[in-house]
Amino acid sequence: MAQELMLDIVTPEKRVFEGQVDEVTVPGAEGQFGVLKGHTAFLSSVGIGELSFTQEGKKTFFAVNTGYAEVASGRVTILVETAERSDMIDTERARKAKERAEIRMAKSAREEELDYERMRLSLIRALTRLKVAEKS
Amino acid sequence: MAALKDIKRKVSAVQKTKQITRAMNMVAASKFKNALHRMENFRPYAGKFLDVINSLALRVEPGVHPLLTVRDGGKITAICMTSDRGLCGGFNSNLIKYVERFIREKTREGKEVKLITVGRKGRDYFRRKAELKDEYVDVFGRFTMDLAGEIAAGVIDSFLAGDCDELYLINNQFLNVSVQKAALVRILPVPSLGTTEALDHDRTVEYLYEPSAPALLEQLLPRYVRVLIYRALLETSAGENGARMVAMDNATRNCEEMIQSLTLKYNKARQAAITAELMDIVGGTEALAKG
Repeated sequence: MAQELMLDIVTPEKRVFEGQVDEVTVPGAEGQFGVLKGHTAFLSSVGIGELSFTQEGKKTFFAVNTGYAEVASGRVTILVETAERSDMIDTERARKAKERAEIRMAKSAREEELDYERMRLSLIRALTRLKVAEKS
Repeated sequence: MAALKDIKRKVSAVQKTKQITRAMNMVAASKFKNALHRMENFRPYAGKFLDVINSLALRVEPGVHPLLTVRDGGKITAICMTSDRGLCGGFNSNLIKYVERFIREKTREGKEVKLITVGRKGRDYFRRKAELKDEYVDVFGRFTMDLAGEIAAGVIDSFLAGDCDELYLINNQFLNVSVQKAALVRILPVPSLGTTEALDHDRTVEYLYEPSAPALLEQLLPRYVRVLIYRALLETSAGENGARMVAMDNATRNCEEMIQSLTLKYNKARQAAITAELMDIVGGTEALAKG
């Protein structure tokens, strides 16, 4: 039985984080879930949201964007499209994205479903980034 | 004397060519470094991803998802990945030859092959020789995961709609700077992923799934196609610049050799001219002394 909990956050661009942690909270597609050491093998998809983990009593926050999480023998692997640490988030950009999405959603609500959905996701991403950025 | 001038002109021309090839070598080297870096950064993601999908595919019934279903139709689509620009040795021509052989073989089996070309060189070559379903040109200058997503979405749609029964990806695999090998991968239907022996022990333990395993697979399979395509894009980009680096290095060296041999020729011709002139003068004075 592994007594440690290793966390691995990987995106297509790079390995964002790798190290030993005490606890991880992941924004699963079906709701948030926490992982402690000794967790059973588990596979879940990850939505857009806030991921956090505790390392030596210090909490770190990440804004993540869709992917999945695998827990197996004391190792958590998070594979997501993007992951940004709270203090690395470009709040200016996120705010602009939020405004743009809101405007376009108001306009396209009647017109095209697809565009609306895309803007909705973009808005959620922007809001998550802003929320996570506040925690740094 | 005319010959002397000709040689001199040739030397300076070769010298200029050498400057260009050396510059191209340096540009390719820096692009290659970037491409390699991106490829290395993507590797952990791709590796982990394939691990997970393998262990998941082991646990679901085959045929549970349309992308896994093998159909008997004869319609084949092949994604053929070449570079946008030339001057990179045999990089593109090797791949094109490979694709042609592939088309010949499949046609002989009575199947119909359509191509999706990525990169200008492949498009230009196959434009009149084969049926193109789609083309992506000038993409390697700047590309992200989005491009792979776009290509993947297109092929998945056409697979699900029944426009193609098998989907292959043909690209140059990156082995090292000077060695790229054309390789063929079947993407759809997703080949039997789960091979138990390839997995280490703890991967065969029972998992909890959230949402259910089939629902997860539904999300993962399209992403799997995207990961494969993105990896091929990265490999092509690194391979192209690696091949160009080597080709330009060779060209620079050939230029040097040519300059050397031309200079030698020039010196010989000059010496011959001087000798001839001296003979004239000596001959002349001797004639004068006699007279």
